[in-house]
Amino acid sequence: MKIADKTTSAVQMVKEALEKAKKYSDYHIFVSLNEETALKKAEEIDEKIARGEKVGRLAGVPYACKDNFLSEEGNTTASSKILEPFKAPITATAVERLEDEGAIMIGRANLDSFAHGSSTENSYFGPTSNSKDKERVAGGSSGGSAVAVALDIVEFATGTDTGGSIRQPASFNGVYGFKPTYGTISRYGVVAMASSLDCVGFFAKDPEDIDLLMEVCAGQDPKDMTTLPDYYNKENEISASKIGIVKGFGQGLAPEIKTAYESEIESLKSKGYEVIELYMPTLKYALPVYYILCPAEVSSNLSRHDGVRYGFRAEGVESLEDVYGKSRSEGFMPENKRRIMIGNFVLSSGFYDAYYLKAAQARTLIIKEYEESFKKCDFILTPVSPNPAFKLGEKTGDPLAMYMEDVLSVPLNLAGLPGLAIPVGKTKDGLDLGLQIVGPRRSDKSLLAFASKIKEEK
Amino acid sequence: MKYEITIGIECHVQLKTKTKLFSEVDNDAREKEPNSCVSPVDYALPGVLPRLNKEAVSLAVRAGYALNSEINLYSRFDRKHYYYPDLPKGYQISQFYHPIIGAGFIELPNGTKVRIEHAHMEEDAGKLTHFSNYSLVDLNRAGTPLIEIVSMPDIHSATDARDYCKELWRAMTYAGVTYGDLYNGNMRFDVNISLAPEGAKELGRRAEIKNLNSFRSVERAVEYEYERQSKILDAGERVKQETRGWNDATGKTTSQRSKEEAQDYRYMPEPDIPPIRLTPEFVKEEQAKVGLLPRDYRKMFKGIIQDDILEVLLDYQPLMDCLWQCAGGSFEGPKTRPSGPERPEKELPDIAKSHLKRIANWFSSVLLAEEKSYEMLNDLPSSKQLDDLAEMTEKQELSSTGAKEVFTKLFDPQMKNKGAKDIAKELNVLQENDTGALEKIVDEVLSDPACAKAVADYKAGQEKVLGFLVGQVMKASKGKANPGAAQQILKNKLK
Repeated sequence: MKIADKTTSAVQMVKEALEKAKKYSDYHIFVSLNEETALKKAEEIDEKIARGEKVGRLAGVPYACKDNFLSEEGNTTASSKILEPFKAPITATAVERLEDEGAIMIGRANLDSFAHGSSTENSYFGPTSNSKDKERVAGGSSGGSAVAVALDIVEFATGTDTGGSIRQPASFNGVYGFKPTYGTISRYGVVAMASSLDCVGFFAKDPEDIDLLMEVCAGQDPKDMTTLPDYYNKENEISASKIGIVKGFGQGLAPEIKTAYESEIESLKSKGYEVIELYMPTLKYALPVYYILCPAEVSSNLSRHDGVRYGFRAEGVESLEDVYGKSRSEGFMPENKRRIMIGNFVLSSGFYDAYYLKAAQARTLIIKEYEESFKKCDFILTPVSPNPAFKLGEKTGDPLAMYMEDVLSVPLNLAGLPGLAIPVGKTKDGLDLGLQIVGPRRSDKSLLAFASKIKEEK
Repeated sequence: MKYEITIGIECHVQLKTKTKLFSEVDNDAREKEPNSCVSPVDYALPGVLPRLNKEAVSLAVRAGYALNSEINLYSRFDRKHYYYPDLPKGYQISQFYHPIIGAGFIELPNGTKVRIEHAHMEEDAGKLTHFSNYSLVDLNRAGTPLIEIVSMPDIHSATDARDYCKELWRAMTYAGVTYGDLYNGNMRFDVNISLAPEGAKELGRRAEIKNLNSFRSVERAVEYEYERQSKILDAGERVKQETRGWNDATGKTTSQRSKEEAQDYRYMPEPDIPPIRLTPEFVKEEQAKVGLLPRDYRKMFKGIIQDDILEVLLDYQPLMDCLWQCAGGSFEGPKTRPSGPERPEKELPDIAKSHLKRIANWFSSVLLAEEKSYEMLNDLPSSKQLDDLAEMTEKQELSSTGAKEVFTKLFDPQMKNKGAKDIAKELNVLQENDTGALEKIVDEVLSDPACAKAVADYKAGQEKVLGFLVGQVMKASKGKANPGAAQQILKNKLK
């Protein structure tokens, strides 16, 4: 990562990033740009450097921030109509930690409204295009962040991953995308999707950059009771020797993904890694479990958007019911509403035991199955998604087909495990292909080190 | 037809923590501007997360002790969903599946035991003020920690319902978990009432009267409901299961929401707050901080202080603490509650019992009759002063009238730092017990020509004139003579 110093100007870096962002404006990568404040911050850093003062570990590094992180600059929209006018009075802990080290947010990156989606097509501001093919999707929900890094606009981008929202767009755009162990980075100030699944993570061009970002952001936050004490900066790296692959997992893979997966396995074997085949029969329930628990939490977390205190309120309302009903009907996207309805259904009295409770129990089984598997291997290698980037509009009419995109990514979120999407090549049409490395809880640092190692060995 | 009434009560208690249940703003919004005690968490901004206040957990654990309840070492929060402008998140954080306080009981003064089903922690909602075509929201109260105490349907009369509420109020204020200010809604009662023909095995359909905030209104609402439901049943109809509101002015309940309109709260485990795991040591430590409770005082003072007086005094914790000090208990400081482990167990000597009885009587008949008794409760005399006063009265150095006079002066800012004896001297109300001096006065009275007829009558066998002579002695002593002693001396001299 290029960091400002005596020879590299922060202003120059920020200017270049802003120029590129504008150049690619037809990709719908950014919801908004922070030109003025970004340049002002860059000037301050350059002045500090000129005075010989100490600057942070990310001094002057321009970055894109997924537009579901609250920050006092500009609006935080979550790419939704209902939060379009929302200006946050507080800043997310993750953003605060990045900016304390001198990173400069040049703009807010596009996402599926409230991070509901796998293509960024559910954004109120229009879909983000894939970095390699403008007719194809960026992946999602952190599509804007992935493309901003892939098109080299910024050095890194923040994302959130609830069911694959970092790893899938990373693999669709040939960059690294990391979802840490649940609780490693504070969720405070991040618009909640599903609280027990949401993770803050990053996109970058190599694992070492992500390691640095993790060092900066990891650790307990008194404002988020679910954060873990900082293990990241204390973790002793283990060197991996045994890599697990899951038997039968990934049936129905696109041929090019299957080929890339198999060749990566062969490559690991040839480098002396022991490849262990794992039998994990519970994983096939991960997707239905996810699409019960996630909407349940979504429906609950979105209740606060009621048109009463902030955000969008429908015009011409005559009663309290109207304020709620019309503001929410007009303010949410169809996919938001779908998840709210599913969530309300699975939580309603008489169905809670049959759906929510059963899913919660199955989740425990999935966690246990991973624990057992990690007794046999150091990391697990799987594809991220069954297909490379699909065409814009190809799956928007078929929500279930869209949900199937998450089949390989959601199990990690259910188990709270870290996962890194790594680029492994391209299709014959030039589309990016990615795989993911999955580690046990709190193995984040070792996992990134392992990714660095196999990158060097290439 | 006669019906048996069955009542269960849910009581919300606001805990007196410094800050709110899930945020760091002031929990005491009395006399504060609307919406001035509101954090981003209370306002439910996107992305903000609740942070559990440990003090609230401590107070809940102490409350559990006062409810004779087991504390659940594992408890958890759940979300209860509904839309209303006083609930910014669209859900209330409560404990539905795993409450912190388990089963317990409250014993009423008449001995009735009302079982507690459980009690759980939750956050209070904000306050709405409605106007003709708009409403205002004040979120100062949103996020105030509550415990909701849920009773079993063990109550069968309006007076028991009232007594149960009062006993809860006493238990919670004595345990120091709430300010217990009913006028400001620190404790609120929801009363479930159903009627069934006497001897029936099944309970009738119930109506829930929401948000009562005085013991009297609980009693009146139950009485009203008994009448209302009896009439419905007498007419052969069924009571509607519904929520009703109480109008204190009209003395009636009115329908608010029927069961058909009842909401589905879609309870869900709260993912933002990890489960609470307590150690037995923590529970023990917290409960040791609870001072003496009404049940301890009843046990201690039963048979010493008259039952009806004790029940009156139990409404005033400072008086009970003071009596406890008089009984030899000790405080760590003037404002600290006596701590648990040193609850006095040993039998008191008779003399101490007799003193306590006197002091209790002064409290109930003198202090509580004062117009400013409420203020006076905050600055009670020392146990030494009271004990000395009791001692002097016991020894007949003071008449009962004189004792009351001294007692009142113990609260006088000019006098209160003096000993009881000094005050008595200053007031000139000490009784003349000195036999030598009394004999002199008696001699004077007997030699007074005005008394010659009385003396003659007495000697002739008319014993009732003795009263007249005692009165003359009292008069001559300016009221300071001990009337009993004077009588004795008179009798001896007239033999």
